[in-house]
Amino acid sequence: MFITRKAEFSASHTCRIESLSDAQNFHLYGEESNRSGHGHNYTVEVTLEGEPDPITGMVMDLKELKEILEREIVEPMDHRFLNFEVPPFDKVVPTTANVAAEIWKRLSGTLHGESYRLARVRLFEGPDTYVDITNGVRP
Amino acid sequence: MTVSLTRRYRFCASHRLHSVLLNDVENQRLYGKCNNPYGHGHDYTLSVTASGPLDPMAGILFPISHLDRLVDEHILARFAHRNFNVDVAEFETVVPTTENIALVIVDLLRKNWADYIYPASAQLTRVQMEETDRNSFEVVLPVAARRADAHLEELREVEGRVPVNA
Repeated sequence: MFITRKAEFSASHTCRIESLSDAQNFHLYGEESNRSGHGHNYTVEVTLEGEPDPITGMVMDLKELKEILEREIVEPMDHRFLNFEVPPFDKVVPTTANVAAEIWKRLSGTLHGESYRLARVRLFEGPDTYVDITNGVRP
Repeated sequence: MTVSLTRRYRFCASHRLHSVLLNDVENQRLYGKCNNPYGHGHDYTLSVTASGPLDPMAGILFPISHLDRLVDEHILARFAHRNFNVDVAEFETVVPTTENIALVIVDLLRKNWADYIYPASAQLTRVQMEETDRNSFEVVLPVAARRADAHLEELREVEGRVPVNA
């Protein structure tokens, strides 16, 4: 069984590699490469795979999951400029995929119980683009 | 860890569900109001998913503009604001159910993928067509098998080029 909890945060970023020219950055990242940055409303959906506990009837207490998402993701990233304020994005380009991978990294340390494991991180950058990081199982 | 990128595109078009293999009564019974003679329209949402390894420096599978251009030129330019039954050659004989539209889109994307999407390690893995908020149709492509094929193909190419005992 898969269970999913959603969280939202807004942040600004710019996608550029300083060793490349403006033209090369534009080729890779399009408008996302504008130097002064811009913002998005991000939505992250975190999916766990597991079976409900026979006594509580829950895979994991979603309240607890909400608190973990708040602590690990929303609190550090919400209303921040990712490149300047949220490591590792001082060194790693904060593309949707890299932000999703960083969220996976932060959560996989915390979200592993006896009865469940992290199955998917889906990060929406606006309504029409999203990246999935999965452990190979398709939720 | 697997990385997939999904991008949504929206377009409107009209269609009529009517099979030339059935008579009028059978068509009406099978397709109901979707068989009404003048057709009807939808605002479709097309989601295209590509999967593959992340370029470690750039942090992307490929520039999104590549996918936008592929979808613009081969799907939206041909389908948006059209009547599937009348304006799109693929549906002259095939009923434009959203299932069939999704399959035609898969075919068009696969055929033209390599001309637009590079690095080539990113593969088309899923196409979803939402006809309305309530109806959606999804084609999931078997990546593992195609990856293995591609790998064998590459091996054959390398074997053909490099003398074994050089």
